[in-house]
Amino acid sequence: MDCCSGIKIDIPKGHKKLVLAGNPNVGKSVFFNALTGMYVDVSNFPGTTVDVSHGKFQDYVVLDTPGVYGVSSFNDEERVARDVILYGDVILNVVDALHLERDLFLTLQIIDMGKPVIVALNMMDDVERNGIKIDIDKLSRLLGVPVIPTVAVKGKGLEEVKNNIKNAKVGIIDDKIKGYFKEYKDKVEHQSEALMLLEDDEATSERLNINTLGKREEIYRLRRERVDKIVESVIIKEGKGNRLRQKISSLTLNPLSGIPILILVLYLIFKVIGVWVAGDVVGVTEETIMVGYYEPFIRKIILNLFSENSFMYRLLAGEFGILTLTPTYVIGLLTPLVIAFYFFMSIMEDSGYLPRIAALVDRVLSFFGLNGRAIIPIILGFGCITMATITTRLLGTKREKIIATILLGFTIPCSAQLGVIAGMIAPLGMKYILIYAFTILIVFALTGTILNKTLPGESSELFIDLPPMRLPKLSNVLKKTWTKTVMFLKEATPLFALGALIITLLEESNIIYKIQDMFKPITESFLRLPKETANAFIMGIIRRDFGAAGLTELSLTPEQTVVALVTITLFVPCIASIIVIFKERSKKEATLIWLGSFILAFLVGGILSFLIV
Amino acid sequence: MTLDMAKKGQKIFIKKINDEKIKVQAIRLGIYEGAKVDCSLKIPFGPVILSNRMQEIAVGRTLARKIEIDVIKEGA
Repeated sequence: MDCCSGIKIDIPKGHKKLVLAGNPNVGKSVFFNALTGMYVDVSNFPGTTVDVSHGKFQDYVVLDTPGVYGVSSFNDEERVARDVILYGDVILNVVDALHLERDLFLTLQIIDMGKPVIVALNMMDDVERNGIKIDIDKLSRLLGVPVIPTVAVKGKGLEEVKNNIKNAKVGIIDDKIKGYFKEYKDKVEHQSEALMLLEDDEATSERLNINTLGKREEIYRLRRERVDKIVESVIIKEGKGNRLRQKISSLTLNPLSGIPILILVLYLIFKVIGVWVAGDVVGVTEETIMVGYYEPFIRKIILNLFSENSFMYRLLAGEFGILTLTPTYVIGLLTPLVIAFYFFMSIMEDSGYLPRIAALVDRVLSFFGLNGRAIIPIILGFGCITMATITTRLLGTKREKIIATILLGFTIPCSAQLGVIAGMIAPLGMKYILIYAFTILIVFALTGTILNKTLPGESSELFIDLPPMRLPKLSNVLKKTWTKTVMFLKEATPLFALGALIITLLEESNIIYKIQDMFKPITESFLRLPKETANAFIMGIIRRDFGAAGLTELSLTPEQTVVALVTITLFVPCIASIIVIFKERSKKEATLIWLGSFILAFLVGGILSFLIV
Repeated sequence: MTLDMAKKGQKIFIKKINDEKIKVQAIRLGIYEGAKVDCSLKIPFGPVILSNRMQEIAVGRTLARKIEIDVIKEGA
C-alpha cells in the first residue's frame, strides 16, 4: 500500500489507515493515546524535525499528524500532514470547539477531499465555561459527518469517538469545488490529489506531472465563506470569553509587563538548566556514571582486543575515542541538557506562551532580518548550538536561516560552555561580567544588523496564530520532550562520532600540532595572552566548553580572562555543530561561517585586549 | 489607511492584502479581504494583534503596512 512518501510504515493486509488531523494544540495526542494505548512507534520524516506517531486500534493503523491550519506546502509540518492525510482511509478530525472559525477550515478541506470523516468537537468544557452554546446536531448536518462533543483531557466522549470511527462518513462537498473536480477526473486516482491540484499544491503537481489552474485563492475563499456561514448558524449563544486568560495574554504581550515576565521566565529556566541540570545532574551523569564507571569498563574491554599503544585503541577508547568520548558526551552531558531544554520549550509551546514571546520580540529581531519566530532557535542555542541549528529549519526563508545559523554559530554560548564561563567569570566580580556580556551582545547586534543590510532578498514577516493560554498537560509535554530528544540524539550522535574520528586522525597525523604553532603569533602578540592559550582554542574547535575549560588551567589576569572568554565564545562552533551547519547549509556558506568565526573571534578579542589589557 | 495605523479597540474592515503569500495563508486563519476583525492590541513599534471571536493573530508591523483597512467602529 502506498503510504506517505518519505516515511516507511508497515500497513498490515486488510488494515485501514485512520489518520488523526487537526490544528495545533487541539488535543489530538490525547485521542491518539486513547486509541492506540501503549504501543506507539515514532517515525521521523527525513529532512524535517517532524515526527509521525503510529499505533494500532482494532483493524486500523492509526497515524498522528502534526497540527496544521490546512493541508498544503507552506512549511514542513504541512508537507508531512499532507502526505499522511492525502492517503488516509478514514480521518478523525479533532476540532477545538472554541475556535470553530479557525479549525473548520481544515475540516472542510478534508471533507472536500472526499474522505470519510468523523469530527471530535473537543474542549467543550471551555465552550461551556465561556458561556457559548453550539448546535452540534446542526453542525453535523451542515458538514454531513458525525460530530461528537468531547473533553479529551478528562476522558469525556473518548468512548463515543472510538465506537463511532466505523460511522465516519464522506461529508458534503462544496458544489462549486465539486464542479471543478471534472477537470481532473480521469487524470488522478484519488479525489484528495485532485483537490491538491485545484489548490495549486506545487509538490502534488510536480509529482503527478499535472499543471495547476491558479485557483487556490478562489477555493480558499469559497471555503472560508462556507466556514463563516456554518459558524454563524451553529453558534446559538455567543460568550464573553475567559477574562482571566485574556488578561494573562495581554500581560505577556504588553512590553511593560511582558518583558519583565519574559526575563523572569528565562531566569527560572536558566536556574534550572544552567545551574541544576548543567551542574548537579550532569555531574552525576557525565562524571560519576560515564567517566567513573562506563569509560573504565569500555577501556578494559578494548584492552583485551588491542594494545594500549595501538592506533585502534586510541581511535576507540583514547582521549577522543569513538566509544569513550562520544557516549560520554552524548549520554552524560547532552542528553540531560537537551531533555531539560525541550521540556521547557514544550511547556512554553503548549501553554501558548511561545508564540506570544515571538510577537513580543518581533520588533527587536526585525533589526537583524529575522522575525519573532527566530526566538525559538535562539533560546535553544543556549542549550546546544547543534540542536538549535537543526531548528532553524522552521524559519520562513533561506535568508533567515542563514542569519540565524550565523548568529548561533558566532555569538551564542551553549549551556556546556556557559557553565565553564560562569565558573571562571563569577569570581572576578560584576565589572568583568558586564564587560563580557556587553561585548557579546554588541557583537550579536552588529553581526545581525550587518547581515540584514548586506544579504540579498527579503525576510518573511511575522504572521502567527496566538492560541489561547492554557495550562499544559504534563503527559503531553513529556511525550513531546521525549520524541524531540530522541530525534535530536538520532541525528546528532553519528555527527559527534564523526567529529571524534576527525580529531583522532588530526592528532595521529600530527596536523593538530601544526595548527597549534600556526595560532601562536595571534595569541601572544595580538590577544596578549600566554602562548599556551592556543591549546584551549584547538580544544575549542572540537567542543566549545573544552576550549573554555582549557583556559582554567592557565594563570591569567582578570582582564586576560575576559579577553580569552570573549574570544572562545565567538570562536568556531563545536565540531558537531559545524557538521550540522554543513548539512543544513551549502558547503560554501558553511565554510564561510567557519572561517568567519575564526576571524571575528580574534578580531573582537584583539580589540577588547587593546582596550582593557 | 493601512493596518499599522489601526488603534487598539477599533473594529476594522480588511480591504486589501498586498502580499500574495500571506494572503492565502491568512484566509485559513480568518483574515481575508472583506473580513471584519478587531484590533485587540498593538505592541509599541511591534506587531498588531487582530482578533476574531476567540481567535488571535499577531501581524508583524511591516506586513501590517501592506494590509489596507477601513475603520468600522472606534474603540471604547
